[in-house]
Amino acid sequence: MELHEKKLQFLEEMSNKIRQDIIEMLVEAKSGHSAGPLGMADIFTALYFHILNHDPKNPGWPDRDRVVVSNGHICPVLYAALANAGYFPMEELFTLRKINSRLQGHPHRNSLPGLETTSGPLGSGISQAIGMALAARLDKKKSRVYCLTSDGEHEEGNTWEAIMFAGKQKSKLNNLTVIMDRNNIQIDGFTEEVMPLEPLREKYESFNWHVIEVGGHDIAAFISAVNEAKAIYEKPTVIIAHTVPGKGVSFMENRFEWHGKPPTPDEAKKALVELRTLGGQIKSEHQ
Amino acid sequence: MSKFLSMLNSKVKLSSKIFDKDIEQRATRDGYGEGLVIAGDQNSNVVVLCADLTESTRSEAFSKKFPERFFEVGVAEQNLATIASGLGVSGKIPFISSYATFSPGRNWEQIRTTISYNDSNVKIAGAHAGISVGPDGATHQAIEDIATMRVMANMKVIVPCDAIEAKKATMAAAKIWGPVYLRFGREKMPVLTTEETPFTPGKAEIFWESAGKGSRKKNPQVAIIGCGSLVHYALLAAKELDEEGIGAYVVNCHTIKPLDEKTILEVAETCGAAVTVEEHQVLGGLGGAVAELLAKNLPVPMEFIGLQNIFGESGPPKDLIEKYGMGVKDIKAAVKKVLKRKK
Repeated sequence: MELHEKKLQFLEEMSNKIRQDIIEMLVEAKSGHSAGPLGMADIFTALYFHILNHDPKNPGWPDRDRVVVSNGHICPVLYAALANAGYFPMEELFTLRKINSRLQGHPHRNSLPGLETTSGPLGSGISQAIGMALAARLDKKKSRVYCLTSDGEHEEGNTWEAIMFAGKQKSKLNNLTVIMDRNNIQIDGFTEEVMPLEPLREKYESFNWHVIEVGGHDIAAFISAVNEAKAIYEKPTVIIAHTVPGKGVSFMENRFEWHGKPPTPDEAKKALVELRTLGGQIKSEHQ
Repeated sequence: MSKFLSMLNSKVKLSSKIFDKDIEQRATRDGYGEGLVIAGDQNSNVVVLCADLTESTRSEAFSKKFPERFFEVGVAEQNLATIASGLGVSGKIPFISSYATFSPGRNWEQIRTTISYNDSNVKIAGAHAGISVGPDGATHQAIEDIATMRVMANMKVIVPCDAIEAKKATMAAAKIWGPVYLRFGREKMPVLTTEETPFTPGKAEIFWESAGKGSRKKNPQVAIIGCGSLVHYALLAAKELDEEGIGAYVVNCHTIKPLDEKTILEVAETCGAAVTVEEHQVLGGLGGAVAELLAKNLPVPMEFIGLQNIFGESGPPKDLIEKYGMGVKDIKAAVKKVLKRKK
């Protein structure tokens, strides 16, 4: 799909709205992850509002594209994107992590429309996406499978088992695109200090993948990266998206302390003002 | 017909050679291989994945007949389970094959999260289960797998008693929605059942019933409830017990979950004592499942045949079964012990 300037503006406004929803959900839930969801808001917006071939009113449509969120802890951004896209009512976002809610602390496939899998324990998403992509091939369907994964997850053995397998299948899995959130943080600190992951590009290339690197907050660039992945016939593609954890909220940006905690009500207020004024670029929240 | 054959339940049409030395011997994994090909013929959504053990898990015949539906994942059991999970939520019916110590051993969490909790339609086939794996030693003898699979919500657990039942269980698993664990052994063992023997997942069958000489009502005095390779041992024990005047039921409890509560409660009520028999730890397997049921509904004395909280070792399978207390004489001793505890 072509990206007009108006559409791009809509996507940028939507990702800002999704960030605000994330803050409001987390402060209400009193627990959950802040940095990852904020960092991935632009990519989820691009997926659910431009890239995906999907139907929120018919979530079980067999020909739909699949989104596998491997790093389940970033589910606030997934839930906010799904609700804004129309999969379930917006007010349900405020039930996140509460009892009797469909919005589990980590996503559970059967609980909520629009979820393709259950995740939380890390490192199992790419292989599940491979299974879905193989099923689409066997059924001669044109569905594409997008797997969102974190950089920290590349410390898991299961991740590399999956990367190895997909490289072996070659063109059979050109319907698979992995999107890595390269935000450089994990719970215990910076990834390169906890466990060095680089050189990620060369590692993937040596496993026979096509690699694209992109700024994860440049929606237009991300969309063209996905279009490039669609055009690669010989192999699966990984898009390494360089993102800023906590993006949009100055006191959360690039700080691993915000990996796994929610804002307090006061912090949430500050965060929402920043998001509504685009970090002070506009004077009034209501402009 | 010998008097012993008359004690076999005629309705389940067992082999007439059960007590003969020349009874046909086949491994349950062979039945799995045959069942896979039939299931693949019956349903084009059946796919098979294997982790570098295609021949010894008997996935080979399927891989040759349906190469486009067979996936070799290499020595990567976590990947084996999770790729299957993705296939299973996309309309496919994946069977994953490896040795039970590796799958469902090494990949337990992947099975829990992405298959069981995720309710993906995956069938897990654990080959080389039990101490009868023999010379490979304790690293390759899965003796905890019934327990670790049984505790998962959504999971069903089937342990066939011979190759024919293994074939039927494999075909049946393809038709059951949701996660199923199938347990197979390495060694050749007697084929007790016939093609005509009924097999319904969740329905235990009484294979043997003998009246006790001492009991007034001529009822069996003990219910021997077994699964897998040791059902044959239980029948041999029942035969010898009959010669000593002790009447028994032998129940083939091939489905550990969901347990056939009705049949087990009936035999336990009639006998007032039970012995469970399995090639598995006595903790948490068939014995655990039966004990949970009886403790709640009908507490009767029980004894447990299996590995007594210990690992196995290398050796000839039959010798290992004896050394680790699962032989015919051990089953008989457990019966006599439980009868003493009866009020």
